[in-house]
Amino acid sequence: MPRLVHLEVSRRDLLKSSAATIAATGVAGVGAAQPAEDKMKSSNTVSFTVNGKAEKLELDNRTTLLDALREHLHMTGTKKGCDHGQCGACTVLVAGQRINSCLSLAVMHEGDEITTIEGLGQPGALHPMQTAFVKHDGFQCGYCTPGQICSSVAVLEEIKANIPSHVTKDMQAKVTATPEEIRERMSGNICRCGAYSNIIEAITDVAGSRA
Amino acid sequence: MKAFTYERATSVQQAVSMAASNPDARFIAGGTNLLDLMKLQIETPLHLIDINHVGLDKIEATDDGGLRIGAMVRNTALAADEHVRRDYSVLSRALVAGASGQLRNKATTAGNLLQRTRCPYFYDTNQPCNKRQPGSGCSAFGGFSRQHAVVGTSEACIATHPSDMAIAMRALDAKVETVKGDGTRRTIPIADFHRLPGDTPHIETNLERGEFITAVTLPAPIGGKQIYRKVRDRASYAFALVSIAAVVQPDGTGRFAIGGVAHKPWRMGEADAQLKAGAREAARAALADARPTEQNRYKLDLVERTLGAALAEAKG
Amino acid sequence: MKFEKPAEMNPIDRMKVVGQPIRRIDGELKVSGQAKYAYEWHDPAGSHAYGYPVGSAIAKGRILSIDSKAAQRSPGVLKIVTTLDVGDREKGKFNTAKLFGGSEIQHYHQAVAVVVAETFEQAREAAALLKIEYAEEAGSFSLKEGKLSAVKPKDAGGSEPDTSVGDFAGAFRSAEVTLDEEYSTPDQSHSMMEPHASLAAWDGDELTLWTSSQMIDWWRGDLAATLGIDKGKVTLMSPFIGGGFGGKLFLRVDAVLAAFAAKAIGRPVKVALPRPLMANNTTHRPATIQRIRIGASRDGKISAIGHESWSGDLAGGQPEAAVMQTRLLYAGENRMTAMRLATLNLPEGNAMRAPGEAPGLMALEIAMDEMAEKLGMDPIEFRKLNDTQVDPENPDRPFTQRNLNGCLDLGAERFGWKNRGKPGSRMEGNMLIGMGVAAAFRNNLLLPSAARVRLDRSGILTVETDMTDIGTGSYTIIAQTAAEMLGLPINRVAVHLGDSRFPVSAGSGGQFGANCSTSGVYAACLKLREAIAAKLGFNSADAVFADGEVRLGNRTVPLTDAVGPDGLTGEDGVEWGDLSETHQQSTFGAHFVEVGVDRFTGETRIRRMLAVCAAGRILNPITARSQIIGAMTMGVGGALTEELAVDERRGFFVNHDLAGYEVPVHADIPHQEVIFMDEADPYSSPIKAKGVGELGLCGVSAAIANAIYNATGVRLRRYPLTLDKMLHQLPEVA
Repeated sequence: MPRLVHLEVSRRDLLKSSAATIAATGVAGVGAAQPAEDKMKSSNTVSFTVNGKAEKLELDNRTTLLDALREHLHMTGTKKGCDHGQCGACTVLVAGQRINSCLSLAVMHEGDEITTIEGLGQPGALHPMQTAFVKHDGFQCGYCTPGQICSSVAVLEEIKANIPSHVTKDMQAKVTATPEEIRERMSGNICRCGAYSNIIEAITDVAGSRA
Repeated sequence: MKAFTYERATSVQQAVSMAASNPDARFIAGGTNLLDLMKLQIETPLHLIDINHVGLDKIEATDDGGLRIGAMVRNTALAADEHVRRDYSVLSRALVAGASGQLRNKATTAGNLLQRTRCPYFYDTNQPCNKRQPGSGCSAFGGFSRQHAVVGTSEACIATHPSDMAIAMRALDAKVETVKGDGTRRTIPIADFHRLPGDTPHIETNLERGEFITAVTLPAPIGGKQIYRKVRDRASYAFALVSIAAVVQPDGTGRFAIGGVAHKPWRMGEADAQLKAGAREAARAALADARPTEQNRYKLDLVERTLGAALAEAKG
Repeated sequence: MKFEKPAEMNPIDRMKVVGQPIRRIDGELKVSGQAKYAYEWHDPAGSHAYGYPVGSAIAKGRILSIDSKAAQRSPGVLKIVTTLDVGDREKGKFNTAKLFGGSEIQHYHQAVAVVVAETFEQAREAAALLKIEYAEEAGSFSLKEGKLSAVKPKDAGGSEPDTSVGDFAGAFRSAEVTLDEEYSTPDQSHSMMEPHASLAAWDGDELTLWTSSQMIDWWRGDLAATLGIDKGKVTLMSPFIGGGFGGKLFLRVDAVLAAFAAKAIGRPVKVALPRPLMANNTTHRPATIQRIRIGASRDGKISAIGHESWSGDLAGGQPEAAVMQTRLLYAGENRMTAMRLATLNLPEGNAMRAPGEAPGLMALEIAMDEMAEKLGMDPIEFRKLNDTQVDPENPDRPFTQRNLNGCLDLGAERFGWKNRGKPGSRMEGNMLIGMGVAAAFRNNLLLPSAARVRLDRSGILTVETDMTDIGTGSYTIIAQTAAEMLGLPINRVAVHLGDSRFPVSAGSGGQFGANCSTSGVYAACLKLREAIAAKLGFNSADAVFADGEVRLGNRTVPLTDAVGPDGLTGEDGVEWGDLSETHQQSTFGAHFVEVGVDRFTGETRIRRMLAVCAAGRILNPITARSQIIGAMTMGVGGALTEELAVDERRGFFVNHDLAGYEVPVHADIPHQEVIFMDEADPYSSPIKAKGVGELGLCGVSAAIANAIYNATGVRLRRYPLTLDKMLHQLPEVA
């Protein structure tokens, strides 16, 4: 199988990416003028697992989970669209629940199990939701796509767990995976290319085949 | 975002004493609003106390037949709780009308009460804002104010409180339970929890420094048709232009609180008393002292019509 | 290759690969997080630093001083590069506002400094410590006021500011039925999901920049000019772009800041625009005020049609060409258009998806609906009656293909148009239901485009062009084109895009990308076919490339053998003759929308949407359909929610983030239907395709406005069509 899309980029190998093998880099430049007391540092060590792999990072306290993934672990599948919880591109799963990784500090995730788009599936071994997004063309530019997919995987779990939504008609009845329910629940993931109609088809496809 | 030190509390007592010993500390739970504001340096704590591990994540029955909602109960969990869905459905409805699934998974009960206004001038540190920088002026007044408050405002501030949850809690006469740095506990009726802007819009609640919310309690169920009607430009993931939390009894009496119109969840006893007379009477009583801007005058009409929709739904 | 005559039969017409519903070849990379966008390139040695941009706090004036001492002392800070440090710089020729350099402030959030630090967090913190002293000047920020002193623009983007045919004034005066209304459209933001971002690395005096650009060559030239270096010293790479919509057509400041910063510290630097800076720092679609006059006979024939538009921009800018479609869309002997430009000190107005036509049709297609009602005609019949098969300003210029009426008829049938009732006559629950229609129209633009193709001995055909894929599907349709031309299955084609070392393409904009870039690939493939044929001693015109083989008569050679051990290369581009002057090339469509309007609150929600498009050959029905549904979605935002709110005192867009500027979310968008008419336009290109990406947006918002009218009887003429504009006109509910 040829590589169909150009990925190797640099003429000088200066910045050739090999994310999987890169160890996290430490935080330079912090430590000056910080209180000596250990627990009162502006950086901390945090350990969590990402896609089943244990990671231990020394991070500036300010580092969001999103930036820890992207800038320190070089797992750039999780996207930064707004950095303010307004778009959903940074959606990851923590203990199976979807959150906006841009509004969560990495140091607050000690011991957590984090799943990112890279952990759901890779080319050749895609998650059924990823396959459905390709099949239904549930994206265009692709930038919101990892967030949409992580969110949609969680949405089906939330429906299964009978969590209500704004469009749930009867708070006492069992919630079902109707297109209307899925649309409402996916509304925290903005797609400016406007692939919504196809995304809903992809998710209902997966929901249907599961049922 | 300014650099800060960080520590994790594992009990309420520890959290409160950590705060007492550090005047520059803030508690962080879900962080969905605090971190947003810290990135813009609208909030600049030098120390964060992570309270995600203090417990307070249960919803329990109270002795008087009501519910006690732990401060750390996430919005998703609260909306999905079977007792809340059955007996306080207006609260479930309000919660799921707010934010997004991702945010509700993180946001806590206490944090939702404490979220700050979404006024765009508050968010832009180049612009004067009395809430962000006391004395600098209010940019929204005379500016882009379509989404701003119409009632209970002051010359100093026309911002709204953005919460949906708090509107339902206001209709339900919830109470906020707290513990102070010295260990004393108190219970604050939600009506007295948030403040009107007056001359001090930067002071948004009646909490004291270092005072810690432990729970929100709901009185025994009051039955009735419970309706939360949120009006917004787009269908989801937007703050309310106007919202109504209403509990309407079979005889047409009831109560309602209004969101999107004031610096706090807005409810008037006189307006509740007019509910049976109809949406027009009740809305006019609720907004009798309104001082809208040119851009948000429509909210007066919108409140009346939205209340009308809620009452029609209650009858339906 | 110069395209001067209508295309005859060619290998593309086989349509074995082209025109087939082939899934995106970059799809697996995108759904698995492996597609790398600009900010995501990393140096394994960890040597890159982070730049955080600082925007101006005022809209107009000068910087008196920048005190960076406190920022300099902040932990981790490596360097602060200010606009004063770099001084006045040559402005990119495609930019109206200067991006960086000098003391003049032309608009709010204009970049004034970049703070470079070891980490993102450190750079962001230090950025807040800069103390900048400004001398603020009064500016003009209101289009309504600016309209009074607006002038005829010198530069209307290549089109005429004023046009006139026949006697418009006289014909309008004497028309039996007339309409004269004013409409307005607000400033709109591209708000693509990927913020503008760049990573710059210098090697001596040579710069390599990974960025997010729709137009590689334009950026390369303008970046070199701004930096004061030779274009040849700049290498630009943009293999994946997280959306553009016109917002990444022209050089942006992230590239400039990253380049200056990297030079200053001697290390690679990456810079992304923070989301709250984007709306005011970059470009936007300018607001318009439009006056439309239509005069017709009682039987519905248009005798006079006039369209005037006022918009604003910074000095040196251009008008929003909102009158363009009115010159071509409907018949009528007496016509006029005019554009007037006000100087405003808001951020730069520039192209956003379907510039001109998008806001123009937002107005014109409401006017057509209003006129149909005045005439007591069905709005579809009124449009069909005034169809024209020739340029109404110059009847000697026929449209190459124009099937607007077919789109309207097919759409009406599929959408159930006959069930549309009188305004305010249909209610379900609390929802007032209505249907609306609008014509879609967008011209087909032609830009030169080149490519290089190489077939190696393993049978892999590699395409290289600096074309970009901004979500449009360029990777896939280029692979389809090359596969078709060489008679290979698509999985034998590799496509490399977005690299300035490759031949210069049309780039992505103006819905010209698909047709032009595949034409360039076609030209390169012809060259390769010639080379292969020559090597085999075949006459290339008679050789057949199919099934991985080349055949002539009874001789058949596998391509892998034909190219030999070193492979063969073909490189060429397409240039355009005068077919677009002798003939009018446009794309057409019809949008159908059903809305529900809450009778209590005035909230509008979309229930059904259908687009029927006639746009030449559809190269890939999957990616083309996605373009249309995406544009329809943007049209929903444009109709119902999107408005950059101007603070006319302080001169900036107030709602400058994705919470304040409301683009549609999932819950706003129903299932969408798209139908493509079966067409191939031999005048457009050897591929016989035209664009669709902008056509899909043209007219959508007006169809929604018309549907709201049909639902409620309330006619709204000022976008966005929010409930506050409608509430007082809705029936009482209490």
